Amino acid sequence: MSPDPRSDSQLLPAGTPAPDFTLPQEPNIPLRLSDLRGRPVILLFYPADWSPVCGDEVALFNEVLPEFQRHGAELLGLSVDGVWCHRAFREARNLRFPLLADFEPKGAVARAYGVYREKDGISERALFVIDAEGIIRWSYLSPIGVNPGADGVLAALEALPNPTAATEVKS
Amino acid sequence: MSALAPPVGPADHAHGPEDAPVTLVEYGDYECPHCGLAHPIVKAVESLLGDRLRFVFRHFPIASNHPHAEHAAEMAEAAAERGKFWEMHDLLYGNQGALEDADLLGYAEGLGIDPAWAASALRSGTFAERVRASFLSGVRSGVNGTPTFFINGVRHEGPWDEESLLAAIAAAAVTAQR
Repeated sequence: MSPDPRSDSQLLPAGTPAPDFTLPQEPNIPLRLSDLRGRPVILLFYPADWSPVCGDEVALFNEVLPEFQRHGAELLGLSVDGVWCHRAFREARNLRFPLLADFEPKGAVARAYGVYREKDGISERALFVIDAEGIIRWSYLSPIGVNPGADGVLAALEALPNPTAATEVKS
Repeated sequence: MSALAPPVGPADHAHGPEDAPVTLVEYGDYECPHCGLAHPIVKAVESLLGDRLRFVFRHFPIASNHPHAEHAAEMAEAAAERGKFWEMHDLLYGNQGALEDADLLGYAEGLGIDPAWAASALRSGTFAERVRASFLSGVRSGVNGTPTFFINGVRHEGPWDEESLLAAIAAAAVTAQR
């Protein structure tokens, strides 16, 4: 339905190696996806800090965080907002997971995952579950105004072959 | 997705007959203003339908948005332990602007619940696990915000004003009779 050719049709499907990226999680503190190899990673792409539905979605995921951690999984939020905006948003909402700034070049990571809305200059609302080897095991594109909930992510984490990978790598 | 898991069981707070043709489940947060708006609507629906409806409430506190919601839910559980869940439920929704711990203890005392016992239950998180279990059942059932309603185990999509809820319940009652 969308006139944007890069919208839902390009969502990277399960089985695809997750494109690596390095993005700031705080001013001058970069985070590289491949550094998290060895444990599952959840990517939560959302359109913008502060918008009402995003607030609900990140608040919900923040609340479910201990369940993700039980699977050894790392939760990362991503939007095209800058680091200072992310910091203010995290502090205002007491978020306990990193928000990455897909800011420069704008939306590059969202594009790599097939979830950038050219027309609007923001990312789609999309979820990816990446396994310990860096392969996308589940992906989901939500209607932009709908909080997708966390049940799909939990089911995907449960379906991963080795949920205790993180502790094994550490020891 | 969007099916109630686990189904309504003995651990739930239920109002109305077990064999009612329709069970309405709400996932709610005591500090959520939308849930506050839904409370009198649910009451009206309950009083209109009488024995034809069973209402079940499950906790879904979003602490990062609503800092008082978790303790309020735990206090409702504490009251349930003393057989006063619905009385506390109504007090909490009737006083959404006054949900500090001191307020909660006042409501407990008003219901004849020992406030010292209730205070220690809050302090030690005696009922936190029950609230968390309720929240996680909502996450599993695809709840993404509050209030979320399920009618006979199926998620109710769309508006939840009195007319819409009554229509959805009537439709579920017809299905249940087949």
